[in-house]
Amino acid sequence: MVTRRDIIRSAGAGAIAAALPSFVFAKTESTSRFVLVILRGAADGMSIAAPYGDSDYPRIRGDLALSPPGQDGGALKLDGMFGLHPSLAGVFEEYEKNQALVVHAIASPYRERSHFDGQDVLENGGANAGLLRDGWLNRALGPPGSSLGNESAIAMAVNTPLVLRGENEVTSWAPSQLPDAEESTIRRLQDLYADDEFFATRLAQAIKSQEIADGEQSMDRMRRRSRDAKQVKNMMLATSRFLTADGGPQIAVVETGGWDTHQNQGNATGALANRLAGLDAGLVALRDGLGSTWSDTVVAVVTEFGRTAHVNGTRGTDHGTATAAILLGGAVNGGRVVADWPGLGKSDLYEGRDLTPTADTRGMFKGILADHLAVPGSVLENSVFPNSADAPQMRDLIRA
Amino acid sequence: MKERTVIAANRFGLGARPGDLEIVDRNPQSWLLDQLQGPSRTPRDIRKLPHSSTVLVAVQALRRDERQQKKSAANGEPQMDQVQKYGRVARGHFMDQVSARYRAAAGSDYPFYERLVHFWSNHFAISIDKQPLPTITGLFENEAIRPNVAGKFADMLLAVEKHPAMIFYLDNQRSIGPNSQLAKRANRRNGQRDVGINENLAREILELHTLGVNGGYTQKDVTTFAKVITGWSIGGSSENGRFAEGEPGKFEFRDAIHEPGKKTILGKQYKQSGVSQGEAVLRDLATHPSTAKFLATKLARHFVADEPPARLVEELASAYLESGGDLSAVYETLIQADDPWQKVHTKFKTPHEFVISTFRAFDHVPRDARFVVQALDMMGQSIFKPGSPEGWPDTAEQWGGADGLYKRIEWCNTVARVVGSKVSPANLGDAILGPSLKSDTRKSIARAESGVQGLTLLLASPEFQRR
Repeated sequence: MVTRRDIIRSAGAGAIAAALPSFVFAKTESTSRFVLVILRGAADGMSIAAPYGDSDYPRIRGDLALSPPGQDGGALKLDGMFGLHPSLAGVFEEYEKNQALVVHAIASPYRERSHFDGQDVLENGGANAGLLRDGWLNRALGPPGSSLGNESAIAMAVNTPLVLRGENEVTSWAPSQLPDAEESTIRRLQDLYADDEFFATRLAQAIKSQEIADGEQSMDRMRRRSRDAKQVKNMMLATSRFLTADGGPQIAVVETGGWDTHQNQGNATGALANRLAGLDAGLVALRDGLGSTWSDTVVAVVTEFGRTAHVNGTRGTDHGTATAAILLGGAVNGGRVVADWPGLGKSDLYEGRDLTPTADTRGMFKGILADHLAVPGSVLENSVFPNSADAPQMRDLIRA
Repeated sequence: MKERTVIAANRFGLGARPGDLEIVDRNPQSWLLDQLQGPSRTPRDIRKLPHSSTVLVAVQALRRDERQQKKSAANGEPQMDQVQKYGRVARGHFMDQVSARYRAAAGSDYPFYERLVHFWSNHFAISIDKQPLPTITGLFENEAIRPNVAGKFADMLLAVEKHPAMIFYLDNQRSIGPNSQLAKRANRRNGQRDVGINENLAREILELHTLGVNGGYTQKDVTTFAKVITGWSIGGSSENGRFAEGEPGKFEFRDAIHEPGKKTILGKQYKQSGVSQGEAVLRDLATHPSTAKFLATKLARHFVADEPPARLVEELASAYLESGGDLSAVYETLIQADDPWQKVHTKFKTPHEFVISTFRAFDHVPRDARFVVQALDMMGQSIFKPGSPEGWPDTAEQWGGADGLYKRIEWCNTVARVVGSKVSPANLGDAILGPSLKSDTRKSIARAESGVQGLTLLLASPEFQRR
């Protein structure tokens, strides 16, 4: 049996290109693609998809409330109850094509209000923070020979987020401006790292990613309204390049920050609206970059928890509980809002302050993994989301 | 040469400079303990910086001008030169402070003390993605953290939570007690909603600065504590010109927005009035057993291993509680324990540590910080910009991405090109890594194609990338 270490050792002897066959990204049989977009900082679900049909909504949200559909700056009508934020025009276009849906009043099992623990639970797939030190998406990758091979996932970040960390090898990539080190230096480093697994595997992954990403710089020129929006867009373009590369990864994780709107959150315009517009432009770029692959793609946009139903003293919202998630892509059974709406009356709110969760992120992820990526139910229940009987798999999220 | 020498210089210190190991080798533990007094004077570069209040007053005035122009301009856009003026001034302050920080670290004879400053500054992390924080975050580190790293934790805690940078960062100047004089007036006038508390600072004090997320507090404690510290604000007129009292740019307690009355936190009632109520809560939090455990765990993780021995954590927590939160007592217990000295190179360096140790390896103090800023942006650890109040992570798992490693290698290569063949790579390896440099690594460095390549291999070696 040839081990990774043997391959890396042999690379010291041969030319670097020949030494890097597709062992970093195992060739996958399935054509399905999955992109997980994590909004870090607790994005406000009631702004992403406003419950304009709930009579309590304008009262509880005051100046932060979106106008009903049809009015100037009004929400984009999803159905008689919900409207999408007007900054999400690209997502709405997909919704109208039945290729996007919103899951509302959704939360991970986490019920406290720390960003860091909340993200930990969203990503580790367990019921508590710190319980599992690897991520659910990593656990879904293995074992080798299952429908998802090893190293079929990439983190679009310098450092791999928890959701992708674990036993199964994944890779990561982020743009660089430094000149490349010489080929022979890299080869010697591979030799030097041969006895140190930590360094050896990472270097091998990085080299392969660097090759795939070549040519990415030329798209960098477009002028955008804000630098952040440009970064999201560029990251999404690079993601589409990775996902369509020959023998490239099937799964990507993209992160974006800046959703913690404690003050001056705005409504149809303002800070959050700008963030959402940047996200929307990124999702459109991803769709366009994927081309025909889009038809077999699911993108899930999630955040660690929602925000308070009421406006706080500084025209923002504090940390809350349930929020909204967006699924889009050609494989999504869209054009609808999936919600068991809990209401916004005083007694309806969780602890009298937050939107009450009626859906579980683990159930949504199970639905995607099972129906889109063909991860067996037993694997989902036993290792990907252990002890999650209270979060049953959501059905019909994916087109049959 | 003792292995402990390498551990003291590289894991407790900021990385050996050529010649350092011989000095440390006389007695590695004493070398560390002697540093706890700190240097007799603050490092020169840091001494030369202005006080945060001076900077704050000046940059707030610039921002007000910008806003004024925006209002009066016909198109709603401020004039370009005004925006550029603020940006230029802000960038200048930021670069001055960052340069002072990295120059001090690269040249310090008290590298353990300097590491403690960085450790606590990251514990009380401020992220500069909000204006005007880029202009004062380095000053926050020097004013609130640096004088207190070897004293009582409570003193550092109070200095931090009263520093304008922290108050700005976590929005506390805008938090208004619902029953405060100002709120009552506002409600009588027009029932306006723009009056209320903001939990941000209170939550992060409990979760990140003291007890830790599982430290035993409830949402009610957060909300009540937020009320306790309403009024903890910054003197002088605010951006919207609302308040005027107090010394501009310095901590100011504003009674008019403080929520009056006694309050109960963690089951204890606080009857004090005014600012002393919050001070009393902070002093209690500082010596709470959960805080002891939380800080002990972070220190052990930083100085021993990513998964620190539970017994050592307990010992450190006990030393903390028995000394009434005296940090020097904790450091002494740590240095005299066996655990830190069992194994060399247990920690994967963060990019920040990696860059500083590289400068020290070449005994080079950078003239300014431009190169450092670029390097750390690239490696994913932008200076003073962790993106959240949790600060930067401290484990190999969180820093060891494939891309992160590749960026380091590229940077090593760039540094090696700059330094060229001025030094012998293998001899430099002996000087900074001593007996911890493996013979295979040394051979590989010695056989490199060029001096540049040899230096790249040394800096990118597993031995140098760990501490």
